[in-house]
Amino acid sequence: MKAAIELRQVVKRYGATTALHGVTLEIGDNEFFTLLGPSGCGKTTLLRMIAGFEDVTEGQILLFGEDISGREPNRRPVNTVFQQYALFPHMSVIDNVAFGLKMKGMDLASRRQRAGRMLEMVHLLAFADRLPSQLSGGQQQRVALARALAPEPKVLLLDEPLSALDLKLRQAMRVELKQLQEETGITFVFVTHDQEEALTMSDRIAVMSAGRVQQVGPPREIYEAPVNRFVADFIGETNLLEVEVEAVEGGMARVVLPGGHRIACPAAAGTAGRHHLSIRPERLAIASQGGEIEATVERVVYLGTDLQIITRLDGGAAFDVRLQNSARVAVPAPGTRVGLHLEEGAARLLAD
Amino acid sequence: MAARRPGERSLLVPLLLPTWAMIGVFMVLPVGVMALYSFLTREFRGGVDWTFSLSAYDQFFFDRGLFGDEAPRLQWAYISIFWRSIWQAVIATVLCLLVGFPTAWFIATRPARSRGVWLFLITVPYWVNLLIRTVSLRFLLRDTGPLNQGLMSLGLVDAPLPVVNTNLAVQLGLFYSYLPFMVLPIYAAVERYNFALSEAAADLYASRWTTLREIVLPLVKPGIVAGCLLVFVPSLGAFLAPDLLGGAKTFMIGSLIDEQIKGSQGNWPFGAAVAVILMTLVLIALVAYARSVTRERSA
Ligand SMILES: Nc1ncnc2c1ncn2[C@@H]1O[C@H](COP(=O)(O)OP(=O)(O)OP(=O)(O)O)[C@@H](O)[C@H]1O
Ligand SMILES: [Mg+2]
Repeated sequence: MKAAIELRQVVKRYGATTALHGVTLEIGDNEFFTLLGPSGCGKTTLLRMIAGFEDVTEGQILLFGEDISGREPNRRPVNTVFQQYALFPHMSVIDNVAFGLKMKGMDLASRRQRAGRMLEMVHLLAFADRLPSQLSGGQQQRVALARALAPEPKVLLLDEPLSALDLKLRQAMRVELKQLQEETGITFVFVTHDQEEALTMSDRIAVMSAGRVQQVGPPREIYEAPVNRFVADFIGETNLLEVEVEAVEGGMARVVLPGGHRIACPAAAGTAGRHHLSIRPERLAIASQGGEIEATVERVVYLGTDLQIITRLDGGAAFDVRLQNSARVAVPAPGTRVGLHLEEGAARLLAD
Repeated sequence: MAARRPGERSLLVPLLLPTWAMIGVFMVLPVGVMALYSFLTREFRGGVDWTFSLSAYDQFFFDRGLFGDEAPRLQWAYISIFWRSIWQAVIATVLCLLVGFPTAWFIATRPARSRGVWLFLITVPYWVNLLIRTVSLRFLLRDTGPLNQGLMSLGLVDAPLPVVNTNLAVQLGLFYSYLPFMVLPIYAAVERYNFALSEAAADLYASRWTTLREIVLPLVKPGIVAGCLLVFVPSLGAFLAPDLLGGAKTFMIGSLIDEQIKGSQGNWPFGAAVAVILMTLVLIALVAYARSVTRERSA
């Protein structure tokens, strides 16, 4: 994989507060790469450093192998789709889109033609002569996208571009964005705190927390093989239990749950002592008896496509089970004792 | 715009009455009286004689020679006073803009907490009466004042720089009198400016200069125009600064009117006519500007 962007031990400090503690990342060419993390974890800061709006306190940022750490933003072949769009309010839509081309010295006829094509791509050609204030939020968002793509940047940075849109439009734009990225072959660095958005669009995700990268990998790996408690908890829903590792044999550990039940799960040799165990609620089946774990049903919550069964383990820990809402599923009544059966790979022992 | 609620209309008239009364009594009425007086006949020792006459305007524009029986010739004495006043006001406005824009920019880009302090500091000198400030400026600038004495003791000049009684002194006086009127509207415009737009421009390869020219200036232009008007219009009619800082050579419209109304040789209709001509000029300039803006918008 050829790296489009390489971050080497990048540190960002604002006075006494440290926003980023030594981030090292490699973002591949033509990749849809997502920075995912809770509010305040440093996603925007990282993006703004790549764009050149913030100085690098320590470390290096390389763009196609070239150190760009000290370079002015207008000299970086990188364009940004801003969270609040930042469209120029006194310019028509087409002038907004053509602005970057004008700055690059393209003549009037060619830039109007190219800007027109970009608008066509985002289905807004009919709105070319309007002012940004005469567009809806979703339309403005697409103008911002067309404007950033028009000068054919090598890397496109997107800071939560969908967060201001309503759910339906957001879902439609996810598909459009992904398609656009595949068609143009431009590297996208996408910032979001919405894990669903990250999982559906990305080639790879970097999960961040408190100025540090916790895990980098494709969506499936992030979801199914979280490396630590933070990632397991932040991505999707999960049951986190404190368990005691009894023994490890042939890559499988026998662990004791709070209620005294014993289950097996994959673990490295030499693992011992207390650990956290993550069990995804949709990787469980409910039976009236049997199963590795026994629990008492407390409540059934109707979620539309799913049913959430809230149970309590014998040791007192709350434990969620997700069932698909289908006519074939027998829904246990509150108060009944049930057996829970773990699918293969449902339980993961976490490093911390 | 918010939709009008029922009943709002009936309230509108009584609520607006005080405003209309104010405008009527303090604006329309005096301007009307002034316009009327300009068409009356001069009464010596001030006042007017109630007979219609165009002599005030005739006196302003034409020279009929000593006996008044030659063909009228355009005379330049008063027109050149106008011309000088306009020129002085333009220079004062440009000075205010050159100093006021960076000042306003500086204040608007401070953290929100300290902006109030800076604005307060800008207005502090204006708590002192304009007359006293203008006289003080004369003391500062005169041959034996701190400016010239300082320059001489530093050995930068041998003789005092003649500043007082020059056009420069008047321009400095106007600049000093009206600077806050430039700073405040520009500050308000810059404060509303969204600095993310500058980042967006830089992101799209614009240099700092280009960003200023293509993004910042068009968006803060209303503030700049307002500031220029607020400085230019009163500068045009000012009489304190020209009187106290300039000499006979720097006579301006304001002094001319002042002399006609207050002076022992006063001529009220003529003073009123000068004021009407000044006001007409300003109105024509404003209308022309407003029309060019609307044309720009619709283009
Ligand atoms: N200009 C600044 N001065 C001081 N601290 C800052 C500044 N900008 C950001 N920070 C701090 O740096 C940390 C990271 O901020 P950042 O904006 O990158 O978060 P984020 O991950 O983008 O959050 P969000 O999802 O809310 O946008 C935060 O703790 C924030 O308070
Ligand atoms: Mg952010």
